[in-house]
Amino acid sequence: MELNVQSLTHRYGDVPVLQDVSLTIASGEILCIVGPSGCGKSTLLRLIGGLERPDVGRILQRGDAPEGCLNPLTYVFQDFALLPWRTVAGNVSLVLEDHGIRGGAADAIINDVLDRTKLRDFRAALPRQLSGGMKQRVAIARALVVDPAVMLLDEPLSALDAQTRDLLMEDLVALWSRQPFTAVYVTHNLAEAVRLGHRIAVLSRRPGQLREVLDVDVPLAERRPGDPRLEALQAQLWQVMKDEAAAADQELLHV
Amino acid sequence: MSDLSQETEARPVPFRGGGFRPVAKAGTGVVVFVLLLALVEWGTRAGWISNLTLPRPSDVAVTLIDMARSGMLWTHVAPSLSRLVIGSAMGISAGIGVGVLIGLFSHVRAGLIPLVAALFPIPKIALLPLFVIWFGIDEASKYALIALGTFTPTVVATYGAVDNVDRTLIRMGQSFGLSWLSIVRKIVLPGALPGILSGLRVSVAIGIILLVAAEMLGAEYGIGAYILQAGSLYDLERLFAGVVILSALGVLTSWGIGRLEMRLLRWRS
Repeated sequence: MELNVQSLTHRYGDVPVLQDVSLTIASGEILCIVGPSGCGKSTLLRLIGGLERPDVGRILQRGDAPEGCLNPLTYVFQDFALLPWRTVAGNVSLVLEDHGIRGGAADAIINDVLDRTKLRDFRAALPRQLSGGMKQRVAIARALVVDPAVMLLDEPLSALDAQTRDLLMEDLVALWSRQPFTAVYVTHNLAEAVRLGHRIAVLSRRPGQLREVLDVDVPLAERRPGDPRLEALQAQLWQVMKDEAAAADQELLHV
Repeated sequence: MSDLSQETEARPVPFRGGGFRPVAKAGTGVVVFVLLLALVEWGTRAGWISNLTLPRPSDVAVTLIDMARSGMLWTHVAPSLSRLVIGSAMGISAGIGVGVLIGLFSHVRAGLIPLVAALFPIPKIALLPLFVIWFGIDEASKYALIALGTFTPTVVATYGAVDNVDRTLIRMGQSFGLSWLSIVRKIVLPGALPGILSGLRVSVAIGIILLVAAEMLGAEYGIGAYILQAGSLYDLERLFAGVVILSALGVLTSWGIGRLEMRLLRWRS
């Protein structure tokens, strides 16, 4: 499925957060959105997934969701948003239950997705027993189980330490290589963006405007930490963002 | 640098991080209780506590044992228990229901919160004569009193608990396209459960207070009636025996709710 964001403008009260943003997310592509803090990245993601209504502009979806898709636009949140009273398997089965998938059929799907996210041994664990990285794996498993047409990842690795972040990035690349998915990946971490994005959209500080869209030509599976091509790209991104980030840092918060 | 370290003496860094962290101390409560009883026993035996002020704890114990032997204990406790259970079950279930509705629907909230705020501070005991007129002198008026008394604190605790459910979890449910009913059943209600259960402690304690009040006004049997009888005869041993039963009831319900919390809230860290 392809998503088409057409001249979005959005304000919170008197504060404009997004200004005329247009984007296209092609099928099977990971689009990273980077920008200084408070530039409306997360707002943009919430608009794309229909959790908020834009003031101006619209978001169009083209093409059908894959067969068996239970929730075309599926989020992965920064703070995991796991139900603490449900086990790992229970959290993953949450959406299946609503579609009447229970018993053996549900078990097969859950086992498959837990295998893919390396969570098989943690089926019966409660979220409080898991580390941050494991919790985010569960959230990713919960997103994968609905077979989403587009994954919307809102700073999914920002709450994790650097090592865990690296491991999870590898896992995401492996998941994508095995079965390419469409994704919008919001982050403030440029290393994540150059590692995971096919294209990188840079937003300006508030009100967020589209500054630039960069293509990353290196195939996803070949990207390694320390790759000179990626480092050069990261430096280029930082050049674009540096002044914006400094200015954004000086701003008083009104929201 | 090295000169300095030789000249000045080395002292360990003082520890400053203690306290402010309640730790379960098993048995301390029992020790305080026993010490207090021993003090009263000693005072009444030695004579510096007059028999008109406090009964001897051992006499109260004897009274309780006699009650248990003669079967009077059960005769009084059974009707009290059934009044408490039926009345508070009515009040608590209605309270949870209304509380959840207030938490979920803005119209219900706008309409009912002022009403609940108006009902809450009324001493329900003052309404007992009215309830006797409405529901008769029998059990119904006692149920109604206990139900109303437990209803308001349960409502307040419940809607507070629903308000405090993590909004990101509800957002998550919506983002996965869960139905409204699923979000309520699988996210809002379990998320509100800790708050509802801690509200239950208050509600049940209020239920016990009102139970005694209701029984004092018109009941042949029941702990309240028993205490009233003893009090009018100035029979301190029996009066305190009744009080002991009430305390035991309070401890028992609190323990029961504690067990319930342990079972239902195992997921909490």
